[in-house]
Amino acid sequence: MSTHQPPMPQAPAAAPDWQAAPGGTYSGYSSPIPIVRTHLGHALASEWTKIKSVRSTMWTLGVFILLVVGIGLLAGVAVRSSSSDLSGQNPLSLGFFGLLLGNMCIITLGVLTTASEYGTGMIRTTMTACPSRGRVLAAKAIVFFALAFVVTLAAASFVAMIQASLLEGHGARTPSTGEWLKGTVGVSLYVALLGLLSLLVGSIIRHSAGAITIMIAAVLAPLVIAMFMFASSMEKIRQVLFEYSIPNQMSVFYANSLSDSGPSGWDPLWIMLGVTAAAFAGAYALLQSRDV
Amino acid sequence: MIEAVGLTKRYGDKTAVYNLSFQVRPGSVTGFLGPNGSGKSTTMRMILGLDNPTSGTVTIGGYPYRKLPNAPRQVGALLDAKAVHGGRAARSHLLSLAQLSGIPARRVDEVLRVVGLQDVAKKRSKGFSLGMGQRLGIAAALLGDPQVLLFDEPVNGLDPEGILWVRNLMKALAAEGRTVFVSSHLMSEMALTADHLIVIGRGQLLADMSVTDFISANSADFARVRTPDSEPQLREKLSSALTEAGGHVLPEQDGALRVTGLPLPRISDLAHEADVRLWELSPHQASLEEAYMRMTQGAVDYRSTIDQKAGLQQPLPPGAQPPMPVPGQGQPGWYAPPPPQQAGQPFTAPTPPSGPYGGAPAGAYGAPGAPGAPSAGAPNPYAAPAPQGQPPVAPAQPPAAAPAPAASAPAPADPTQPKDAR
Repeated sequence: MSTHQPPMPQAPAAAPDWQAAPGGTYSGYSSPIPIVRTHLGHALASEWTKIKSVRSTMWTLGVFILLVVGIGLLAGVAVRSSSSDLSGQNPLSLGFFGLLLGNMCIITLGVLTTASEYGTGMIRTTMTACPSRGRVLAAKAIVFFALAFVVTLAAASFVAMIQASLLEGHGARTPSTGEWLKGTVGVSLYVALLGLLSLLVGSIIRHSAGAITIMIAAVLAPLVIAMFMFASSMEKIRQVLFEYSIPNQMSVFYANSLSDSGPSGWDPLWIMLGVTAAAFAGAYALLQSRDV
Repeated sequence: MIEAVGLTKRYGDKTAVYNLSFQVRPGSVTGFLGPNGSGKSTTMRMILGLDNPTSGTVTIGGYPYRKLPNAPRQVGALLDAKAVHGGRAARSHLLSLAQLSGIPARRVDEVLRVVGLQDVAKKRSKGFSLGMGQRLGIAAALLGDPQVLLFDEPVNGLDPEGILWVRNLMKALAAEGRTVFVSSHLMSEMALTADHLIVIGRGQLLADMSVTDFISANSADFARVRTPDSEPQLREKLSSALTEAGGHVLPEQDGALRVTGLPLPRISDLAHEADVRLWELSPHQASLEEAYMRMTQGAVDYRSTIDQKAGLQQPLPPGAQPPMPVPGQGQPGWYAPPPPQQAGQPFTAPTPPSGPYGGAPAGAYGAPGAPGAPSAGAPNPYAAPAPQGQPPVAPAQPPAAAPAPAASAPAPADPTQPKDAR
């Protein structure tokens, strides 16, 4: 329909004229605002605005920093003031406990990034504003991963440096470059990936409380279950559960693993990367096919 | 332009929308009506690509929504004013949506001013009232300055000033050549705003026609006749005289009579012949609300009943009368019957007069081309002298009364689709 049609009762004669107009051509109204071609960058900017404009981000990351730095410093001071000799241990390993607890915050933030949109109904607004659902998921994943990694790296590095200097004269050996890298960048990547996995689980489950429970269970359950496997016939399963439990995988980055076999070196990172990639594929496929 | 073809949506074994086909044209406000649970919101979600149809397609300007390049710049929607993250400030919410489609940030401040929320732009939307939330939703719909706009219940919770504003906004948007598709339950609002109506019930199309056609096709105009209150026997007398002459008489709550099927002069003549004085004889045009109620009464899923408080009532003192139920819309035959042309098929779009009434003299009873309002081509039936050969209206069309709505529903729903979808 090329002519401007004032609102009036439809005359039957108008119908053929309008039906003849091919679909796809709009000439009724054109906006003076230039229309740009959207891409992932737009979605990234949008997700960055979203994640920084809600209080749950400040809360979870605030508590995370408090836990990592606070527990790290306490552990450092406690070990320093006690007379025990560290006998050549890696001083960075004291950062492990803070990060283990801090994980919960990152998991919560990851889940909330996606699941809270379903809880509030915001997802319908988002998906209307960007019908390319995969782009929204990718943008969320990138923005969250970058934020989680940067914050974890800053907190972990700060704690590591403090502890290294605190314990310098107390029998702890000087960590090698490789150990520094694993104890800061490596473990931060691992924590951020765990958060990303939570984000994807949140997208699959679409329920904040449910997804957070699942993720915390995934962190704790293998260790707890392994603890109660007394029968010798289950010794092997018990060993595997121990070695591949998330706390043990994290401790591998400090080379103070609970067991000697199982993953070592950078292995936990590759395991987590594989699991997260699989979860991303699942979340993406579900997002494309399900109703919002 | 929005075009739906054979749209069907099933959730498990429940069919929300069944074989819905319609078109929404640019340049006018199209109202989308239907009882609660009739599938309006599901249809809107399918238009926006949020829900995938079980079968059928819906396109906007020829594209499915999810294939539209930069969709928010072509289609703006207010689906649910609550579909925001309550912890985010109004401006941040709109900014994140603007960034998603590459809209400059100053447009955000612009739409905030348009909807009147500039003073609370930095406040979290959790604390917003229903009306403020609605304004925020409208702001989000207007953000992309789109050609096609969808609003689901836009005036929910708005104050009178806000309702007037929305009404004028819809009309202004349509006058600019945009496609405006609005669902609402407020019939008075729709009568003022919409030019065209799409009515669905139980997920199926009931009507797709202009507002004036809709009213005249679904509810005949009636005359209100009042006899002196002091002499009830006059009322009975007139009532039987009018019924004998082929009129359809319904008593009203306050003692007046609602007469259909007879023009005003004829009623006056009959009253004179029966020697009955009249206190009132006035023409009434059916409202959109009445027409809508009449059409959808068979398709209502959630109907309220009288609160009986069974077993909770104090026993009535001896001699006391239980309160009489107020006569009203639940009463059989309350709604004015449709014009005779649509007698057999009340829910289909008007067609040229045909069949047994094709030769009836003068399209005085709201023939398709003649809306209820008096116009040159179709004189007001009550103003014209009665043609003698008039077909009897009332006996031919007993109104689809609702003592058992479920049982009566499939029959009037759509004669071409006897299979009830649910």
